[in-house]
Amino acid sequence: MPRAAARVLLLPIGLAALWGFWEGYRWLGIREHWTWPFTVNDTNMPHLSTIWHAFGQPLQPDGPPLRHYLWHYSLFTGKEALAGFALGAMIGFLLAVVLAHSTVLRRGFLPYIVVSQTVPILAIAPMVVVGLGTKGVKPWVAVAVIAAYLTFFPVAINTLRGLHSPDPRSLELMRSYAAGRWKILWRLRVPASLPYVFSALKISATASVIGAIIGETPASLQGGLGYAIVNFNQYYSTQPANLWATIVACALLGITFFLAVVLLERLVLKRAPENIA
Amino acid sequence: MSAVSLKGVTKQFSAGVVALDGIDLDVEPGEFVSLIGPSGYGKSTLLRIIGDLTKPTAGTAQVNGKPADRARRDHEYGIVFQDAVLYDWRTVAKNISLPLELLRWSRGRRNARVKDMLELVELTGFEGHHPWQLSGGMQQRVSIARALSFSPTLLLMDEPFGALDEMTRERLNSELLRIWQETSSTVVFVTHSIPEAVFLSTRVVVMSARPGRVAGVVDVDLPQPRTSTTREEPRFFELVTQVREQLAAAGAPLGETQEPALVEEPL
Repeated sequence: MPRAAARVLLLPIGLAALWGFWEGYRWLGIREHWTWPFTVNDTNMPHLSTIWHAFGQPLQPDGPPLRHYLWHYSLFTGKEALAGFALGAMIGFLLAVVLAHSTVLRRGFLPYIVVSQTVPILAIAPMVVVGLGTKGVKPWVAVAVIAAYLTFFPVAINTLRGLHSPDPRSLELMRSYAAGRWKILWRLRVPASLPYVFSALKISATASVIGAIIGETPASLQGGLGYAIVNFNQYYSTQPANLWATIVACALLGITFFLAVVLLERLVLKRAPENIA
Repeated sequence: MSAVSLKGVTKQFSAGVVALDGIDLDVEPGEFVSLIGPSGYGKSTLLRIIGDLTKPTAGTAQVNGKPADRARRDHEYGIVFQDAVLYDWRTVAKNISLPLELLRWSRGRRNARVKDMLELVELTGFEGHHPWQLSGGMQQRVSIARALSFSPTLLLMDEPFGALDEMTRERLNSELLRIWQETSSTVVFVTHSIPEAVFLSTRVVVMSARPGRVAGVVDVDLPQPRTSTTREEPRFFELVTQVREQLAAAGAPLGETQEPALVEEPL
């Protein structure tokens, strides 16, 4: 089983290489006084061990360690991101199904859907939170809506492509059985689109986490990773490791979302290996 | 009542190309008719008109006494393409039962029929495999099983063995003949292989290209059941020569034929 052994070894080797690059760059940069693209010092590039230790340090004297906070922040942001991901994926999928069946709608709506993604999320996040807040919607739900805003787009675009992916013969076969639109949709177009959908879901999984984090900051919503980033930013010059630890937590949350989609894909897709996008 | 009845079928493509010009053809129940032609659009287009997958510009096509579109909606025929056109995400068994699902057969009835079909095409034991795990010949047998699963009286085949190697093709030819006799169905078979057409058919329809017309008909009087020794009989060679001469007389260069890709309407 040399292949399996290689896969098991790949993770520690990759982590070691990353560690080596970080510490090597740091060591060289301090020795040579590099100032471009940034000054290398203990603030901008703390030792990885310092960041690791920060997880165990209490924020306040006699308080719980940082990892305790980050864990709860991650759960909070994770909840927003998951809700946003689910909502966005659903909207994106349904939108694609509707657009796939109407050239007129596709021509008319697709440009606006593209434009929607050019609007800075930072600008509309407070509007969404405040706007939905006046309707009595909880702030975390409003943040989930912002996450959904980032999620739906790749799902809609890729699903649309996937729904159109069956080759003409596959469609003719359905026609020979006198299958209607609905049956063609569920028995051919949707199954054929799934590899595309999962490609999109992988993008959306990480995008929804980013969306949730970004959504928290202008909304001044406390209790999530976005809040932690804003907070630790203010103490960056004295305690940079806290912000770095938060960044690591954000990355871990994103990776968790990504791997969850990969796992789901493995369970759902039974395809020729080359057809898994 | 004819299984297939074509009257004055003409097909003109938008570019002005006349693919078919006034085709009259009757196929009686139980016949195995091959359409053979050198190149151009004709053969496959004619098959698609019978299957109501494309409409003729003029003339009428009837299947089992019904207009072609009515016949399609009544599931009067099964079709096999050059590619197996199996759905990747379905197992062999699920691919075969696809038309049965669309016809709302109960699960028990579907399973029983799939089992029979697997036996018919000698793929028992492969029901749980996915298409990409099968060889090209096995995929095409699944495709045939799917086409016959709901017991249509007519089987339309569009160069079904064209992409297979010679040995697989000859074996599947024999299997197809056995299946044809066991199911007592009618077959319309498009091919560009003369020996294949002669070996399989009760009648070979030779077509000319541009415009596609019926250039001649060769009745194949080889006795049934046909076996691999049939291919070695003098009569077999006589008939092959006869078809070849008719093709040559139709003014077509002999050689590998290529059907142009049909442009499909988007959804």
